[in-house]
Amino acid sequence: MAMFVTRRAEFSASHVCRLPSRSEAENRALFGEDANPNGHGHNYVVEVTVEGEPDPATGMVIDLKRLKEILEEEIVAPMDHRFLNHEVKPFDTVVPTAENVAGEIWRRLESRISSPGIALAKVRLFETPDLYVDVVRA
Amino acid sequence: MTTLTRGYRFSASHRLHSARLTASENERVYGKCNHPFGHGHNYLLEVTAAGTVDAETGTLIPVARLDRLVQDKVLSLFSHRNMNTDIPQFSEITPTTENVAAVIAEILGTNWPADEPARLHRVRIEETGRNAFELLVPSHA
Repeated sequence: MAMFVTRRAEFSASHVCRLPSRSEAENRALFGEDANPNGHGHNYVVEVTVEGEPDPATGMVIDLKRLKEILEEEIVAPMDHRFLNHEVKPFDTVVPTAENVAGEIWRRLESRISSPGIALAKVRLFETPDLYVDVVRA
Repeated sequence: MTTLTRGYRFSASHRLHSARLTASENERVYGKCNHPFGHGHNYLLEVTAAGTVDAETGTLIPVARLDRLVQDKVLSLFSHRNMNTDIPQFSEITPTTENVAAVIAEILGTNWPADEPARLHRVRIEETGRNAFELLVPSHA
């Protein structure tokens, strides 16, 4: 029987959501306060869910120590206490909305986690406690 | 699939009482929620939109647009109101949180902007921190 295992990680970072190609009014309409030009920060929380069968010998779907290390290497180390637009690719050219940050986390994790019998099932990224994005395996 | 969920809070009162049940049945079914003058909760409403992330703007739905819709059509109706007496949708049905979720999904579905590519995917409500009600909106709706 497949099981879902979720590990949580947190990082604090700043960002600004603006499109240089758009007018001030358009940026306001699209991004609201997130468009304030000098940026602002969030305590991001990411919940990563892995799907698989528990190994008969170890009783584990995935080694949580290993998962913790992957989250540290791919998310926390590069993003924590950084300005996403200036310091974390691809957000020098891609607007770091919650949708795009969640999508980037999915891309960074998928190849590290997916292996025979183990699949990345969901990434849930909280930008605030009242705003989160889910990326779910098709 | 990508979804975006936004949380909103409102405070309202209600009384669980069904005209189809006798007084003793109401008391048995609803317990203290049937006390005659009603009572209130701090509700947490989660509204989830599903769709594709626009390649240029990076948004599935602009959060400000979703906020405006929920504020204008839902929060303005429910906030600091007595659901039984102040909200017409509950003149005939009991404002259980199951029914509140269904009413809010109906309101949002009816008022969803016609030009919005994202669709309403889910309505979830916590009546207290210990119970939650979730309604998935069929994709063909």
